[in-house]
Amino acid sequence: MAISLDKAFGIHQHALLVRSDRAEVLASNIANADTPGYKAKDIDFADALANAQKKSGYNMSRTHEKHYDLSINMNSSSKFRNPMQPDTGDGNSVDVQVERNNFMQNSMEYQTSLRFLNGKIKALNKALSGGQ
Amino acid sequence: MSLYNVFDVSGTGMSAQSVRLNTTASNIANANTVSSSVDQTYRARHPVFAAEMTKAQDEQSQGVNVLGIVESDAPLKIEYSPNHPMADSEGYIYKPNVNVVEEMANMISASRSYQTNVQLADAAKTMLSKTLQMGQR
Repeated sequence: MAISLDKAFGIHQHALLVRSDRAEVLASNIANADTPGYKAKDIDFADALANAQKKSGYNMSRTHEKHYDLSINMNSSSKFRNPMQPDTGDGNSVDVQVERNNFMQNSMEYQTSLRFLNGKIKALNKALSGGQ
Repeated sequence: MSLYNVFDVSGTGMSAQSVRLNTTASNIANANTVSSSVDQTYRARHPVFAAEMTKAQDEQSQGVNVLGIVESDAPLKIEYSPNHPMADSEGYIYKPNVNVVEEMANMISASRSYQTNVQLADAAKTMLSKTLQMGQR
């Protein structure tokens, strides 16, 4: 019986990747809070997680060894946010308070996933060492 | 590892905001300078920000780029004061078009945005260092 680490870690490894992607998007929003014409974006978490689990993407089929190995990954399912208040005049739709809250929440959720993963690793370690 | 990109993004944010703070400082410092002709008069300066992709393949992370610094088109303050040492032949002096109240508001906004970017980098650092400790007993 082969040990499948993929199955042992479950969904948490994928969740971790999506959370770190989302941290990046939210950081871009906050950095561009004063940029005219910038529209706030966010990642649809459920969508992105489903994509990450399926590892969905398009690969070009290679019929010759000299062909390039091209692939488009579908991980980025970022969408524009609906602004909560009317345009202030410069076309920017970032609400810094909302973005900061989202970033902090995302960071807590990242650490939660991390803790779950740590638990799994501890359990595996225990099984391997026989509790010694 | 996309968490490292957070450092890039917030770094560009910090440098853009510090440029803004710099122009504000320059504007306030020169708010009361007097000159004797329109050409020599200081004009308020403001940076122009634009979103910029930090990596070609990664359309998610967008940093801030300072496209340039523009001078304000607002009219200069022209005063009639023939006794002023800088007065021109007709007795006028020229003062910069700096709006000090606006500049103070700009300064507060820039320094708050800078702080937010610093906190972002700090949070990303915490997340990364927790990740590095993963699986350690």
